[in-house]
Amino acid sequence: MTSKEALFNYSLRLGDTSVILAQRLSEWTGHGPFLEEDLALTNIALDIFGRAKALLEYAAKTEGKGRTEDELAFFRNDREYFNALITEQPNGDYAKTIIRQALIDCFDLAFYTELAKSKDETLAGIAAKSIKEITYHKRHSFAWVNRFGNGTEESFNRLQNGLNEIWPFVGELFEMNEVDAILIKEGIAVDLSALKPNWEKEINQLFAKANLVAPEGTYVQHGSRNGLHTEYLSYILAEMQSIPRMHPTAKW
Amino acid sequence: MQTKENIFSLLSEIPDPEIPVISIVELGVIRDVKIFGDKTIEVVITPTYSGCPAMKQMEDDVRKKLLENGFDAVKINMVYHPAWTTDWLSEEAKLKLQKYGIAPPEESTSDKSFLTGKTKQVTCPRCKSKNTVMVSQFGSTACKALYKCNDCLEAFDYFKCI
Repeated sequence: MTSKEALFNYSLRLGDTSVILAQRLSEWTGHGPFLEEDLALTNIALDIFGRAKALLEYAAKTEGKGRTEDELAFFRNDREYFNALITEQPNGDYAKTIIRQALIDCFDLAFYTELAKSKDETLAGIAAKSIKEITYHKRHSFAWVNRFGNGTEESFNRLQNGLNEIWPFVGELFEMNEVDAILIKEGIAVDLSALKPNWEKEINQLFAKANLVAPEGTYVQHGSRNGLHTEYLSYILAEMQSIPRMHPTAKW
Repeated sequence: MQTKENIFSLLSEIPDPEIPVISIVELGVIRDVKIFGDKTIEVVITPTYSGCPAMKQMEDDVRKKLLENGFDAVKINMVYHPAWTTDWLSEEAKLKLQKYGIAPPEESTSDKSFLTGKTKQVTCPRCKSKNTVMVSQFGSTACKALYKCNDCLEAFDYFKCI
């Protein structure tokens, strides 16, 4: 693999993770538990869509085959997508969406803080921009985890059940492959293993506050780094891509 | 031959699509202008928020304005670095926001209090009371939070400090 191919795949992975998470979160638009939360998740989804656009634009430019960010988003099949499995998991109830978001926000803030130091100026620029937004997202999701965890028996149970369902997909966030190895050597990619201790510390503090218990002995689900996904991705893509595929020459 | 200053004053005529009381130049999203000969121009723009849906509108407005004013080729270059900050809003722009009913950012990002969530007390743009409370971090647009005044009881938008 050349370093250009690695950079294409890396930008694609980050862009895909963002676009699928944003698509999932936007399913709450018009369905939030109350107006302010409806607006909050829609706003968060919008920030993440913006990040996806910038990252996929850069992936397309790096690939150099004349594809646009829209073509990358709308005209690839599930096996060509590299988004983290956790982002494609169903929203479930609000508590499950929130705990998934808290786990991802905590990872993303640490990740993009490191990526902002990348030798690749474009990735560093996108990362520096994202840090400001993720700071707000994380404050929001952490506050709700705390509230659900210390609310009623019902809210706590829903939060814990959500965590149990999402937990097997968390480990994959820290997985690295040849792409990471090549780009870490060049000072472009983030060494994910270095992020883990702090992430665990922060998440353990959050769990302690919210009385949550991390499930033990669960199998770590993985595959997205190689384009292997859970069944849910294809359904998301069907919904997201059907219009552009039906009218491929349409101009918006 | 147009000068950079001319172009900036020309672009100052374009209102922000969401908050029409301030111009896109006052908002700070126009970072640079590069003029090549008589007919070709490049405008460097940075988004306020990554996903701000008004960015496309701003791009279209800039392009239209420059084509109407004698340029043949207008290139819009979207950059992410340095990231947009509310520190770039002028004092005059902040005053205009307040008159429009949107509380302007109360602090500079340099004190980093926004990172810890300890935002300063926001002043109600209507009755100027400091007895206000945040209803939601996320408001009617990406750049605003929703607040309520405990004295005049009106809800209002706060331009988030980032």
